[in-house]
Amino acid sequence: MAEVTLTDITKRFGDFTAVDDISMVIEDGKFTVLVGPSGCGKTTTLRMVAGLEEITEGDIRIGERIVNNVPPKDRDIAMVFQNYALYPHMDVYNNMAFGLKLRKTPKREIQDRVNEAAELLGIQDKLKSKPRELSGGQRQRVAVGRAIVRNPKVFLFDEPLSNLDAKLRVQMRTELEELHKKLQTTTIYVTHDQVEAMTLGDQIAVMKDGVIQQYAPPQTTYDHPTNQFVAGFIGSPGMNFLPADAAKQAGQIVLSGEGFEIRLPESRSRADVPPRVIVGVRPEDLDGPLPESTNALKLTVSVKEQLGHSLLVYGNISGSQVVASLDPHRQVELDATVNLSVNLETVHVFDPESLTTLI
Amino acid sequence: MMKRDALSPSRIAAKVPLHLAILLFAAIWIIPTLGLLITSFRDPASIAGTGWWTVFPKLFSGGQYSLENYIGVLQGEGLARSFLNSLIISVPATAISTFIASFAAFGFAWMRFTGRRTLFMLLVGLMVIPLQMTFIPILPIYSKLQLAGTFPGIWLAHTAYGLPLTTYLVHNFMAGIPKDLFDSAAIDGASPFKTFARIVMPISVPALASVFIFQFLWIWNDLLVGLIYLGGKPDVAPLTVSIANLVTNRGQDWELLTAAAFVSMALPLIVFFSLQRYFVRGILAGSVKG
Repeated sequence: MAEVTLTDITKRFGDFTAVDDISMVIEDGKFTVLVGPSGCGKTTTLRMVAGLEEITEGDIRIGERIVNNVPPKDRDIAMVFQNYALYPHMDVYNNMAFGLKLRKTPKREIQDRVNEAAELLGIQDKLKSKPRELSGGQRQRVAVGRAIVRNPKVFLFDEPLSNLDAKLRVQMRTELEELHKKLQTTTIYVTHDQVEAMTLGDQIAVMKDGVIQQYAPPQTTYDHPTNQFVAGFIGSPGMNFLPADAAKQAGQIVLSGEGFEIRLPESRSRADVPPRVIVGVRPEDLDGPLPESTNALKLTVSVKEQLGHSLLVYGNISGSQVVASLDPHRQVELDATVNLSVNLETVHVFDPESLTTLI
Repeated sequence: MMKRDALSPSRIAAKVPLHLAILLFAAIWIIPTLGLLITSFRDPASIAGTGWWTVFPKLFSGGQYSLENYIGVLQGEGLARSFLNSLIISVPATAISTFIASFAAFGFAWMRFTGRRTLFMLLVGLMVIPLQMTFIPILPIYSKLQLAGTFPGIWLAHTAYGLPLTTYLVHNFMAGIPKDLFDSAAIDGASPFKTFARIVMPISVPALASVFIFQFLWIWNDLLVGLIYLGGKPDVAPLTVSIANLVTNRGQDWELLTAAAFVSMALPLIVFFSLQRYFVRGILAGSVKG
């Protein structure tokens, strides 16, 4: 169990900078998620921590030790891969025991550790099976088991659930959460799925283009995103963004755009805003009491999606698609124009140039 | 559902012409070999008198067939010894070349070193050189080293000639092994050699088997290299050389020649039919997932 510290980490492949000067501390015993779209540098960062990728600049410490030039096997880490990476010619027991055998662990101890991990993961009866005889979920459990038996200081997960079907993914997610509760090992988990990030992470680092956009607990990235990218990435369906004119009138900031005018309460009108801004409002924050026409978006409904627990309505404002998540029993007609009340406490304002969050 | 459809009368009717055509082609192709086979069981008088196809009306009645010819070639003409020689030549040569090729292929596929690409291209490029061009430079060296006419000498020769293609084929397979496996092995603590021995080699068995068969058949059927490196010494001559001599010396004795042909075909046929799936898989090598 150890803290992992990344200091000024950069990774370049020729001219291309995959990871650009990242610094972060992954706290001991915490489940930290690196999340972002494809190509954002999250996997590269993980692989640098693992030692599978050379570091161009910067230092990585595991505990107190700088591990830049330490080979993977001596870093006391274990990794779970997206494609499981099980050895196809070995049975489950030997897959899990391989690393221990290489370290000349006594046979008795290997047996104990493998059986313990197998029980923890519910695969005790599969120990003699080969990977090709197992389902996707079972294979992933074996991969996790292989990591557990090593008793490492840090677990590294590289999109381990991406190859599983939706239902299985949810099940494995909760199993991973329980596992973390039991083992309390420092974990770094990479995913492109913001739901996984939100549910699994104690801390999440949202990455884009090799840079950490925000590193905070999940709820903070949801409530207080630092920029438009984080705001749009976290939360599903994603936040709606609308261009607007902003002006301060009598201590209140007024945001006006196509089909709406929003007056922010004084408590939220302290910041300086440029004349043109981007307004961000989450679909679930458009379900307010009716039928205000001020502080509301006027939406002509083009598509309705009934999810059971909510009703999604889609429309077009200022050329961009807007989606609202409403109470499932609300009556909304297609092609009708509805007034959607905007939650004034949660609406965000972004600078159109720097894309940082102003309000 | 699907099964029912496949067996519907219209489906069968559509397939029949195709199958007939294939059977027809196969039959035509087999005719020469069939002729050889039948002739090898007939006595010289019958061969000279009537064509082999005349056996068909009375195909299964005894009396017209005998194993005389086979006994003749194996004992009388010493083909039994030659058969053994072919084995002694082919098996070790194939084993050595496959063994070396697997190490080389792994190095080229998964290890990083300067000049890797150039070296690999050079190796594969060696396939371009005709065998014949190598005899003149190499034979004097062989004489000096007293390797000419010895089994180790021909093992070396066949290994060298076979390495470019063998390495190339095994490399293609090994390059297709998912990178994840190597990452996982690295984290588990396997050195490159352990990764090679405990992970890559077991996984590569299908490719190695098919390469082995390929190489084995090639060496078994080879005449030129055998002739050049072992020529002139009947006690080490492989089947191919012995049969070539037989044609020269006993060219009119078809009963012996046909029997000899089948003696030499026997082993490759057995190897091919029993290990067919590896052979076919090998041709498609590189598309196997880990």
